[in-house]
Amino acid sequence: MKYICLGYLVPGKFEGMTEGERNTTFDECFEYNDHLRANGHLVAEVPLQPPETALTLYWKNGKVATTDGPYAETKEQLGGIQILEARDLNHAVQLVSQLPGFKYGLGPVEIRPVADLNEIIKESERRRRRKDAPVS
Amino acid sequence: MSERSTEQIRELLDSLYRVDSGRILATLIRLLGDFDLAEEAMHEAFATALSGWPSSGVPHNPRPWLISTARFRAIDTLRRRARFDASQDELVRYLEGQRSSAERSNEEDSLEDDRLRLIFTCCHPSLEPEARVALTLREVCGLTTEEIAKAFLITPRTLAQRIVRAKTKIRETPIPYEVPAPEELPKRLGAVLHVIYLVFNEGYSAAAGAEVTRAELTGEAIRLGRLLTDLQPEPEVIGLLSLMLLQESRRAARTSPTGELILLENQNRSLWNRRQIAEGVALLEKALNSRRFGSYTLQAAIAAVHAEAESVAATDWRQIVALYNQLVQIQPSPVVLLNRAVAIAMRDGPEVGLTHIDAVLKHGQLANYYLAHSARADMCRRLGRTAEARSSYEKALALTQQEPERQFLQERIRQLK
Repeated sequence: MKYICLGYLVPGKFEGMTEGERNTTFDECFEYNDHLRANGHLVAEVPLQPPETALTLYWKNGKVATTDGPYAETKEQLGGIQILEARDLNHAVQLVSQLPGFKYGLGPVEIRPVADLNEIIKESERRRRRKDAPVS
Repeated sequence: MSERSTEQIRELLDSLYRVDSGRILATLIRLLGDFDLAEEAMHEAFATALSGWPSSGVPHNPRPWLISTARFRAIDTLRRRARFDASQDELVRYLEGQRSSAERSNEEDSLEDDRLRLIFTCCHPSLEPEARVALTLREVCGLTTEEIAKAFLITPRTLAQRIVRAKTKIRETPIPYEVPAPEELPKRLGAVLHVIYLVFNEGYSAAAGAEVTRAELTGEAIRLGRLLTDLQPEPEVIGLLSLMLLQESRRAARTSPTGELILLENQNRSLWNRRQIAEGVALLEKALNSRRFGSYTLQAAIAAVHAEAESVAATDWRQIVALYNQLVQIQPSPVVLLNRAVAIAMRDGPEVGLTHIDAVLKHGQLANYYLAHSARADMCRRLGRTAEARSSYEKALALTQQEPERQFLQERIRQLK
């Protein structure tokens, strides 16, 4: 089963590290990722640029509107996403518990099971086929 | 060794996991001294098998292969951690030095002991009762967090947290990984039997929801009962297995095709599973012959009297009341007293039965137990005291959320009008 792990960063934590600490953290993280990948546990990994780079879009009065952010400096911000393949939720918990960044207290990790939309998609396909069918 | 496709290997590993993960994990926890490390290593060994076996072939003896692969993977994991954390060095050296003992452990005896160690650890009295059930089903039976959560009608995240907390407690207490000493055994075994019977009852009479029986849970409980009977054939262990088999034998007769509950007296007895009854009765005799039996064996004896009767009328109610009298001596709980009252009613008629039920209800402990009110209602109905019967059925109805039970009670109320 697949689990999405949203890794949050406590603002200032990473910036507060010495270069040496930062390098060690990177080395450990990449080594652990290699390990996860070798066991088929790491399906995908997407690191994110900091929230200052974010652009948020809204749908407003039939038009696209944009704003910077979100900023909320004091709050934890999403730092990256990993998709893990695990036997069950507790297995995912176990894999995440060993993430070096997590163990160094860079921030919390949220685990979400991947939703299975297969049934909904099938239903939708049936509806769409009915729509396309010629009226007899 | 034979070559198979990845898909075939996946299926093989899935079934190996279901059957053997409990054993493999049990041995790994002993070898590695840590629950999480052992579990992680086991998952890695299964992953290694999935990627390697399609080309290398399936080893002649998969279980020892998985154990030794997992052990090496655990050492690798610790080495990796040691590169960044010097405190892990000592542990790596210790585990590497342990190889000879790991090889010795291939003897069947110590492997069987490992399974007992795991069961006793998962059912340790210092864990919360709910955590014991969850850990046993996940670690001993190999069910996933999601499967257990579904069976117990709770969310996976609630269950996952329960398991995380329990494992932390095992590590921090620490709860020793061992089979209890003989003087502790009866009490500790009692805790294990309690967990198994909880799993069984959860499957047999779901607390809420549309199904009366969730066969998977009763099946798991019986599987655990068999395992424990093999490993620790104490009379009460055998008695519990007998009880579960005798109750399970009535499963097909307990609900109608439309999901309504059918009481014992109205069940089609030809639907009872004769094979399970025969096995249950044989086990019961073994337990009774020991003369050291307890409450599970007595309950099994009561179930056996029902199982062997051709009809309600042909049931030996004197025998059942006598068995309940013995049971009350060991386990004077209000529920046992209630069941005895119902048996007395069958032997001596509803008027005597009603007196007994009212005496039980007077203690107040069963005031919110729907079966007490429904039993009382039944006595009143048979005595023609319609108004009283209706009020008791309504009390019972207000106290149960289980759909088949509700339908049954509503039907009884309708029939009174």
